[in-house]
Amino acid sequence: MDIVINISSGLCLFTGSFLCISGGIGILRFPDFYTRMHAVGVTDTLGAGMILIGLMMHSTDFLVLAKLVMILLLTLLISPTTSHVLAKAALHNGLVPELTPDALDQTSLDLKKKGKTSSNP
Amino acid sequence: MINIVLLTLLVVVAIAIIRMKDLFAVAMLSGIYGLLSASFFVVMDAVDVAFTEAAVGAGISTLLLLVVISMTGRSENSTRHKPLLALLIVAITGGLLIYGTLDMPYFGAADAPIHSHVAPRYINDSMQEIGIPNIVTSVLASYRAFDTFGEVVVIFTAGIGVLALLSVVRRPEDSDNIASINDSMHEQHLVVRIVTKMLIPFILLFALYVQFHGDYGPGGGFQAGVIFASAIILYVMLFGLNTARKVINQTFIQLIAATGVLLYGCVGIASLLNGGNFFDYNVLANDPIAGQHLGILLIEWGVGCTVASVMLIIFFSFAARREVQQKNENQHDKNQELL
Repeated sequence: MDIVINISSGLCLFTGSFLCISGGIGILRFPDFYTRMHAVGVTDTLGAGMILIGLMMHSTDFLVLAKLVMILLLTLLISPTTSHVLAKAALHNGLVPELTPDALDQTSLDLKKKGKTSSNP
Repeated sequence: MINIVLLTLLVVVAIAIIRMKDLFAVAMLSGIYGLLSASFFVVMDAVDVAFTEAAVGAGISTLLLLVVISMTGRSENSTRHKPLLALLIVAITGGLLIYGTLDMPYFGAADAPIHSHVAPRYINDSMQEIGIPNIVTSVLASYRAFDTFGEVVVIFTAGIGVLALLSVVRRPEDSDNIASINDSMHEQHLVVRIVTKMLIPFILLFALYVQFHGDYGPGGGFQAGVIFASAIILYVMLFGLNTARKVINQTFIQLIAATGVLLYGCVGIASLLNGGNFFDYNVLANDPIAGQHLGILLIEWGVGCTVASVMLIIFFSFAARREVQQKNENQHDKNQELL
């Protein structure tokens, strides 16, 4: 039983650390704000969650377990919200995402349409 | 190793704060600085200090800075003159300070004066004398209750000062005008609003936990007050000042700020009247230990009340100022259009 717990918690911790590191590499390597934020926002939630689950398997004390569960819930709630708010603030302040030519055409078309409908009334 | 990394990061952040011209980034960096110093304190096993630093330095002071920036604008004014004299003075002072540290005992030295003076007494006797597991709380709230009283009075004075300088007389007809601005501003933040609504009760609960668990673990009135206030500030930021004013009565907060200080002082007076020294809790109950428990509970409650309400007073005064500013700008725009 002990070895099962050890191995599974080790796996969880490893996956979590790997995800966090890949998020860190993403924030350095990706081209613009939105992709960077995407890299961190996605990997951070899962990575931190995995690490917390790995720690939970090791905890013998009920109180510690309960605290870890609370931290996990908090992370699951807050981390995506923060990414959402960041992206929204950036878009609101006029930061344009870097896009490939195809996508750029599409978005500019969309924006034009939007501009027309909103300026008419 | 981890000390070196943290200290290096602190220095990097400090230099970045000086070099940056964008005040928003500076506010954020000062928050990061607070968090880094908090983790540094954790490494040194000073959990209570770390908690305070995380709550105050990284949390609420950043928030207040951001509110101020929303009034003053984002970029720093460029200085014309070269502040050579100031640089010289700072360099000399810094050099003297570093020279002074040469005389200090080495980091972690066992024969340092701090370890041979009163600290052994606190560590050895506080369990018998005060009877609570967290020594920091027993030092703060019982051995050094007078100092803590001074701190609370300082915070209260700061609140009064902000009120005296910034309080705005509001007329009721302003409310509708401002409400419309707020509604248009806040309608779009749906996701954040819902998540916040889910979280606020838990933040308040956590603040109460920190308040009443301060005897047994890191925590206490200061941290709890700040956390409590930040939950309410979060509410104000997302639901608008007007809604918040309906929930939280301004006069009531001011009353609570005063009541906290009064409660703290009254505990001292009560111990005087019962025949002990000022803030000698032993005489508050029949049993000295029970008296200490009661005294610490009461003064921590006083501290929590004062800190929370003063933070709210400061935030509300700043925000009200901004509101007036916004309204004046709107008026100005309208006048321009008419012309």
